[in-house]
Amino acid sequence: MTNVSVTVNGQSREADVEPRTLLVYFLRENLGLTGTNVGCDTSTCGSCTVLLDGESVKSCTLLAAQADGHEVTTIEAMADGDTMHPIQDAFHRNHGLQCGYCTPGMVMAAASYLQENPSPTEEEVREALEGNLCRCTGYQNIVTSILDAAGSMSGAKA
Amino acid sequence: MATTEKYVGSPILRKEDAALLTGQGSYIDNQTMAGMVWMALVRPPHVHATIDSIDTTAAASMPGVIGVYTAADLEDAFPSGLPMVWPITEDIKIPTHWPLTKDRIRFAGDAAAVVLAETRGQAEDAAEAVMVSATDLPVVTDLEEAAKDEVVLHEDLGTNVVVHWSHGGGGDQSVFDSAPVTVQERYTAPRLIPNPIETRGCLAYGIPAAGEFTLVSATQIPHIARVGLSIATGIPQSKLRIIAPDVGGGFGSKLNVYAEEALALALSRLTGRPVKWIETRQENYLATIHGRGVLHDCTLAGTDDGDILGMKFVELADMGAYFQLLTPGIPELGGWVYMGPYDTKAYWYEFTGVMTNATPTDAYRGAGRPEATFVIERLVDAYARRIGMDPAEVRRKNFMPPSAEAFTSIMGLNVDSADYEPTFDRALELAGYDGLRKEQQERRDRGDVKQLGIGLSSYIEMCGLAPSEILGALRYVAGGWDAAEVECRPDGKVVVRTGTSPHGQGHDTAWSQIVADGLGIAPDDVEVLHGDTAVSRLGMDTYGSRSASVGAEALAKAVEKVRAKARTIAAHELEVAEDDLEWADGAFRVSGAPDKARTIPELAGSAWTAHSLPEGVEPMLEGTAVWDPPNFTWPGGTHVCVVEVDTETGKTDIVKYVAVDDCGNVINPMIVEGQVHGGVAQGVAEALYEEAIYDESGNLTTSSMTQYLVPTAGEIPEITQDRTVTPSTTNSLGVKGIGEAGTIASPPAVVNAVIDAVSHLGVNHIDKPASPERVWRAIQDAKGGQA
Repeated sequence: MTNVSVTVNGQSREADVEPRTLLVYFLRENLGLTGTNVGCDTSTCGSCTVLLDGESVKSCTLLAAQADGHEVTTIEAMADGDTMHPIQDAFHRNHGLQCGYCTPGMVMAAASYLQENPSPTEEEVREALEGNLCRCTGYQNIVTSILDAAGSMSGAKA
Repeated sequence: MATTEKYVGSPILRKEDAALLTGQGSYIDNQTMAGMVWMALVRPPHVHATIDSIDTTAAASMPGVIGVYTAADLEDAFPSGLPMVWPITEDIKIPTHWPLTKDRIRFAGDAAAVVLAETRGQAEDAAEAVMVSATDLPVVTDLEEAAKDEVVLHEDLGTNVVVHWSHGGGGDQSVFDSAPVTVQERYTAPRLIPNPIETRGCLAYGIPAAGEFTLVSATQIPHIARVGLSIATGIPQSKLRIIAPDVGGGFGSKLNVYAEEALALALSRLTGRPVKWIETRQENYLATIHGRGVLHDCTLAGTDDGDILGMKFVELADMGAYFQLLTPGIPELGGWVYMGPYDTKAYWYEFTGVMTNATPTDAYRGAGRPEATFVIERLVDAYARRIGMDPAEVRRKNFMPPSAEAFTSIMGLNVDSADYEPTFDRALELAGYDGLRKEQQERRDRGDVKQLGIGLSSYIEMCGLAPSEILGALRYVAGGWDAAEVECRPDGKVVVRTGTSPHGQGHDTAWSQIVADGLGIAPDDVEVLHGDTAVSRLGMDTYGSRSASVGAEALAKAVEKVRAKARTIAAHELEVAEDDLEWADGAFRVSGAPDKARTIPELAGSAWTAHSLPEGVEPMLEGTAVWDPPNFTWPGGTHVCVVEVDTETGKTDIVKYVAVDDCGNVINPMIVEGQVHGGVAQGVAEALYEEAIYDESGNLTTSSMTQYLVPTAGEIPEITQDRTVTPSTTNSLGVKGIGEAGTIASPPAVVNAVIDAVSHLGVNHIDKPASPERVWRAIQDAKGGQA
């Protein structure tokens, strides 16, 4: 067993895990943070996307041990109480989700991307999402949601 | 609070979103129980082989292992095999399908044993340690080869050719011999993998001493699964509860009764422990149903000026290694729409189902109707090219005439209503059709490297499964009704129990809109419960674009019953005759004295306290309706795809996509638009990218999402949408269904566009998916032909 200590959603969390434990299973099974979903075995679908030190990563590509000493943010920490994060709110207003399974990963990927590029074009958003698969929405309303969120987030800062 | 706002028809934001957006979905993998153990399947690395022996000793002694079970160990657990509920002909040959195979492996993914262990990792490790000795047999995955019966999958059946169904023809069949023009084409539709982002999974638990069990499963069909799993496991339906939690997409792949569900129940009964299984993505590719996998020989008979006289389709359909729930019925579902929206004088359709050493096929979004629409629309384009007419003109010339009433079409079923030309005109207008043709000609004249292609697809589909009487005539073993219960609580809130089982379609929201309008309350005061056979007792679930036209109509009927009872109580309280009441501004009001009124929440309180009810009226304001539709519904529409094809590389870019659909009246236009987006995306994927490929040994070579090419946001175009509205005559809501339309319409629109871009080079045919390699080769072959 390996001892892993990670700051998750602002709280210091610690657990003894098998060395082969992936970050996503550490989050889901050790910490009970089941908002991060698993959709494939091959790091393709992006459902498990979280932020590691503020940048998006697929949490199935990292061992929990590799996150030792780092900060992880998951979908559970995006809303502020009952107030959704602007990206979550934009997904709601623009029907950016249907079954919702890819959604946490999409929201986290968007959060990371909009920090990098606060006012992207539609084409840039589509390119930025290439690591996240959705089977319900045809991506159209996801792209619209992220562009909308970019607008409201930059407006809020101004 | 009573409200007068009208909600049906408005883009109300979804009630489902808050939980899903914040990571609080109840998906199967988020569910856990005390004492729970994990199940893993042993899927031996063989495709077609006889099992000589299974050695479980090493696996059984591994850490955490509770048991390793083969078919022999579970002989008593399954009184019957897995159910297939659509024996479409009297002489159909039905292969036995046990949850674990007994003596023979028939496809990559066939399970020969199952392991229970304390953790998922331990179960999967032990499954790998089970030693299956098997002697390989020759493999057949090609349809035409399989039909030769040189390799037979099920020896007791004696043949792979297990079913033949013929529509029997309609109209004057002599046109196929006498018509001035006949076009004959052969089209293939490869197997597709549905790919919901959530794989399958289930959790079985119960009280063995009481014989009671519950299965939580990522399923589209809790009510049907209850019946099917009762048959397979012998647990009486009265003691079997099925729960569908939040389900992460289905697209038909979760419209089934699967081996793993039966195994989890049986092993929970055997061990007394809750048993959980989560499918890996690789298992999803191997063991969850595939779609399509068909081959069509097609004939169109017509005049030389564009009148379609006859359409004839002879199909070979890949059943896979076993029948799943609906396998042989899927081609037949398409068998009723092969005339498309066209007024053909003669109609013929037949298909032959063939077993192969591959994953069983079954319903994948559209189920039979995309297969039909693809070949009709390809054929109409081929006909237009043959006679030198614009494909738009050929279509316009042949549409069935408009009808606001139901009418019998040439295939023999009643179409609920039709008006195809306005939809078609609107699609062409939004696409800028004439301008595109001009630009296409200019590019052709210049010999541009990037050529423009315009693809049309006009479709009809058959939704709203289904009138039970017709299902009976088609030898389907169940009915097609649905049900709803409406319960008005004394706090003014309303609980709805619906028989539909959504997995992304937003029924909580849309059904609330219907109830809100009917009862004069706000959608937020309505709670919609579904997906649990102990909660919504009656239902037939969600598939085949049936939920709105059957399930929501049942709900509308239940609301009517509530209103009738409420009116009786209101008349009693207001001391007037019922006829003196009118429904206005969200309340029953006394005619001429509108201030004397009772709202539904007020009447719900009266009915709950029951202190002073009219004689003969039972307490509680509630209503239940079970509704059997008198007819199917028949949506239609036209999609236009515009592509640029690079004639040097064969690469296709979609530059414009227009979808104009007619799904009748619309409950929530935002949700309808979203359904079209997703449907079109899957159809574009089918047209350009996706194909399940088996090598000669029967191994699936496209065994991951990357190899299979599930498209990303970069590959899917933005869709321009509009609708026309021709209300259905089948239900009072006038709704037709929209869940599958995009997937049905889009593949031929895209492939027709690709061919159209290079047809002036002599290309008449490109198989789907129209990959750059296929397009490039078609261009080279055409050039070679010209040289």
